[in-house]
Amino acid sequence: MPVNYYIFVSIALFCIGVAGVLTRRNAIIVFMCIELMLNAVNLLLVAFSKMHHVVNFERDASAGIDGQLFVFFIMVVAAAEVSVGLAIIVMMYRNTHSVDINFLNRLKH
Amino acid sequence: MSQLVFLVPLFPLLGFLINGLLRNQLSKPATSVIGCGTILASFIVSLVLFMDVKAGKTGVVELFDFISFDKIHIPFAFQTDQLSSLFLLIITGVGFLIHLYSTAYMHEEEAKHFARYFSYLNLFVFSMLLLVLGANYVIMFIGWEGVGFCSYLLIGFWFKNNDYNNAAKKAFVMNRIGDLGFLLAVFYLLAKVGSVTYSEVFAAAPQLTTSSLTIITLLLFVGATGKSAQIPLYTWLPDAMAGPTPVSALIHAATMVTAGIYMVARSNILYTMAPVSQSVVAIVGLATAVLAATIALKQNDIKKVLAYSTVSQLGYMFLGLGVGAYTGAVFHVMTHAFFKALLFLGAGSVIHAMHHEQDIRNMGGLKKHLPVTHLTFLLGCIAIAGIPPFSGFFSKDEILAAAYESNKIYWVIGVLTAGMTAFYMFRLYATTFLGKFRGTHDQEHHLHESPAAMTIPLIVLAILAVVGGFIGIPEVFMKDGHWLEHFLSPIFAASYKLKEIHPANHSTEYALMGASVSLAVIAIAYAVNRFSRKPDLEEAAGVGKLVANKWYVDEIYEAIVVKPLNVLGRFLDNVIEKSGIDWIVNGVGRGVQYGSRQLRLLQSGQVGSYVLLMIVGMIILFVLQFFLKK
Repeated sequence: MPVNYYIFVSIALFCIGVAGVLTRRNAIIVFMCIELMLNAVNLLLVAFSKMHHVVNFERDASAGIDGQLFVFFIMVVAAAEVSVGLAIIVMMYRNTHSVDINFLNRLKH
Repeated sequence: MSQLVFLVPLFPLLGFLINGLLRNQLSKPATSVIGCGTILASFIVSLVLFMDVKAGKTGVVELFDFISFDKIHIPFAFQTDQLSSLFLLIITGVGFLIHLYSTAYMHEEEAKHFARYFSYLNLFVFSMLLLVLGANYVIMFIGWEGVGFCSYLLIGFWFKNNDYNNAAKKAFVMNRIGDLGFLLAVFYLLAKVGSVTYSEVFAAAPQLTTSSLTIITLLLFVGATGKSAQIPLYTWLPDAMAGPTPVSALIHAATMVTAGIYMVARSNILYTMAPVSQSVVAIVGLATAVLAATIALKQNDIKKVLAYSTVSQLGYMFLGLGVGAYTGAVFHVMTHAFFKALLFLGAGSVIHAMHHEQDIRNMGGLKKHLPVTHLTFLLGCIAIAGIPPFSGFFSKDEILAAAYESNKIYWVIGVLTAGMTAFYMFRLYATTFLGKFRGTHDQEHHLHESPAAMTIPLIVLAILAVVGGFIGIPEVFMKDGHWLEHFLSPIFAASYKLKEIHPANHSTEYALMGASVSLAVIAIAYAVNRFSRKPDLEEAAGVGKLVANKWYVDEIYEAIVVKPLNVLGRFLDNVIEKSGIDWIVNGVGRGVQYGSRQLRLLQSGQVGSYVLLMIVGMIILFVLQFFLKK
């Protein structure tokens, strides 16, 4: 399968993520959209890594392996981020009884 | 012995430091001993040096490198030769007498101020010695500035009086104008010759073009007009009489104001090779001599008369320099130092006796109350009037004879000025010492002769004023009688070789002397006769008023220089400063404030807007990256 397809899917996912972050006010949905963007990148990394591996296999048996390693790192970090982020959202809900991010503008003071 | 030349300025410097730093601890007698002792020590060393020079031992002593970079090398060096050793004797000798006189004249001051006075006076002598001893123009310039500064300090010695402070500032500023000319001349010399050492400059002089020599000498002369009070910068000297009277005697009559004459005499070869400058010097000197003499005719302040007389005599000296009579000018510096210091100290003695009264209209008849002062003052007046065989006659005659050789008109004006000099000096003498006493009864009751510390210097100076002329007896009276000319000949040899002065034949010279002496005698007789019986007490009118107001020169300067400068200053202050420079500075501040107020709106706290901006930024970077790659 040509790598173009992966790229298109990845761009589509990323754009959906961006649009979601920019337009939605619900913190949980914003959070999900961020995950979407991360996964778009993951997909792209895996796709390029595979392509690289196939092209350079003759010269280097482990070509493109580092791209996949990155993906694992990103997944671990994303998991940690999710746990922290959800905890923040929970605390926020306890304080404001809302998950609307437009209430979260106190940082400017 | 000439290695010890550094001792001469060192003693007064030590005296300055001791008196200046310990002024709160020292008692008056201790201050007096230190102040006078250091000058006496300098005088003794100078005397030994003078004997050495007389025996033919001249030389330059390099103490250390003062400035040294690239090809320019300016050593801190002292030069002992005929000219400097003669000036050393005048400065330390007359200086010592005036220090001695000051111990009595200033004894009413508090100990602190008494010590301050002596420290200034010692610092002055130190600077003056530096000026005279320096072996290059830079060392001379250090002394030149030093004496100007001390003059400022001493004119404003009684700093609680605002008029005195203004006089001090006037003297300082006027001197600065002249000093700028001097400084430019030094720079010009460095550019053209690459050296400021006298011997090198004079050796290189023949290679310079006449125009650069003229520029250098004229710039140097600008410096001399400031320091030696010539037109147009002379107006500070009469105001400088605000200082204590011994200061007027030492600084503003005997030594500092002759610095310009010393400088021109030292650079005589440069002037001889620049005839234009010589004419300028002669004309400015003559004009100053006449102008100051006319003003002196109508002054009623005893010190003002002497001040204008000093300006006039300095003009004479410049006339002498301008017509090439260098020996005559230096001779006149010397005799003038004697009789003018004497006259000022005599005036000081009168002022002391009259309890700080300076207006001669309130004096009169002091002859019987102040016998010593009277006699010495009279001798001084005769000397300055040029009656033979007093010292002033010989020096003045030499200058006039040279002026006659150079240009007959110079001589006519010079003799008329000499007549005026005799007239106003004896007007002063007759109004002060003859006739009836016109002061208050209280003043008359307290009239007293001054103490010995004041009369001894008067007597010594009177003797010098009487006999001082005998070192320069003209050829007509005695063959080889002009000892001074013979002594100074190595200094002026090069100039005289270039431009020989042909002595007038004997009958002409007798006629010239006869004319000037008879004019002086007539003036004296008329002045004494008129003013001893009826002094002019009323205010002058007509031309007299013009003269009494000093030709309104101060007012003219005020109108054409000071006022426009003040207006310019106010304009720069109010317009350029406030709405120009301040506007720019404030504008930068306002711009930053406005900009930051606008930028602050970006920080809204809205997470969405932050993210939007981030993404917009990313897209811009992406696009830039994408398109700029090509």
